[in-house]
Amino acid sequence: MNLKDYLNQLNIRSQCRKYDLPIWRCPQFVFVAMGVLIIFSTLFTYAISSRYIEDPLLISLIVIFLAWFLLILSYIVTQSFERLAEASRMKLEFLTIMTHQIRAPFANLRWVTDLLLSKRSTALRKEGQEEEYLKILRENSQRLEELINKIITVSKIEQGKFPSTKDFFVLKDLTDKVVLEFKSFAEASNIKIEFEVAEELPSIFGDASQVREVVENFVDNAIKYTKDKGLVKILISKKGKKAYLEVKDSGVGIPKDDQKYIFQKFFRAQSAMKQQTQGSGLGLFIAKSIIESHKGKIGFISQEGEGATFWFTLPLAKK
Amino acid sequence: MKKILFIEDESVLQKTFDSAFKSEGYEVISALDGETGFNLAKAKKPDLIVLDMVLPKLTGFEVLKKLKETPGTKEIPVIVLTNLERMSDIDKALELGATTYLVKVNYSLDEVIKKVKKILEQPEKNIKI
Repeated sequence: MNLKDYLNQLNIRSQCRKYDLPIWRCPQFVFVAMGVLIIFSTLFTYAISSRYIEDPLLISLIVIFLAWFLLILSYIVTQSFERLAEASRMKLEFLTIMTHQIRAPFANLRWVTDLLLSKRSTALRKEGQEEEYLKILRENSQRLEELINKIITVSKIEQGKFPSTKDFFVLKDLTDKVVLEFKSFAEASNIKIEFEVAEELPSIFGDASQVREVVENFVDNAIKYTKDKGLVKILISKKGKKAYLEVKDSGVGIPKDDQKYIFQKFFRAQSAMKQQTQGSGLGLFIAKSIIESHKGKIGFISQEGEGATFWFTLPLAKK
Repeated sequence: MKKILFIEDESVLQKTFDSAFKSEGYEVISALDGETGFNLAKAKKPDLIVLDMVLPKLTGFEVLKKLKETPGTKEIPVIVLTNLERMSDIDKALELGATTYLVKVNYSLDEVIKKVKKILEQPEKNIKI
């Protein structure tokens, strides 16, 4: 870092603006405030102890002990403020992204409706394009509906009111249906889907439509985040008493710094945003909740530029 | 015929924009991401650029900065048309040299056309929101 960067760091107000918090809650300010507090406390303690204690060694011990104690305390305090500030910043970022995601299909609906209702529509009708625009209206209404449904699901999860209808189902059959569902999308994106079942698995007791949502999310992401052509490999196998499913892609991958946030609400990795600006950042959050409510585990392995493998395990039915 | 470069990743909006502005007698050049947008601006020297801010490859802010720093493109007026509406985003875009900033949801297609026409007929006037 050069001098300009250092001076920038010292400018507390500009640092705090990025958190959008009042200054007294901003971690940099808290850090400086605690520093000032430490200096004054130690000076004060020194002054008081010099008055009442003769032994200089004892005075210095008291002052040093106090200074260390306050330093550790201020470190703990500043860290928690930093965590709060980071959470606040992520909330703000999510609101911005979410507003944009909801508004994008709205804008589409609005402009197309404007166009169809305007005097230019006669030209469109003559060229036979009216139907195409009407299809766009339908697509975008669906897009909005899906997004709003996801948001509602997330709310339900947060409130602990996310019910599931449990029954026995076979993971392979469910995955077959998902592969069929995504066939045309994969073809349109020049992606090949390969589905392998390593061994026959007994049924799982759970909510099939919810688990299907997880598989759909994995496959959708795998296709969406692969540039040009690629291969998506789905594998089902058995790991002890658990069913294991993984979806491996050759796409943009997830940078190391973003990896810890992947399952968080509204989070979208930088590599994802650069590839495709549409995407709610909610799919994996929902997926994690579903898998965990089924007493399973979810995770991923990825390197930026080298694709990602998303996996989950679910306990097999004891029957 | 005046040329408008529309940098926007939503293909629906590209299509609608294209249809609307062609019928008004303008030539429309489309770019679906920031990098293509900037390259097309350099190559085709449009009379006006309409720029979305949330774009793949280069963000709208990065494109705006590059446009205003490059001799061939810095004179071209830029209308920012986006759904981002934070004061900090608006300030940043105007500081970087955008002629005007329009929040998509607040404008109908006809209103956008009116704004575009206004700027194309009088490019020197700086129209702020």
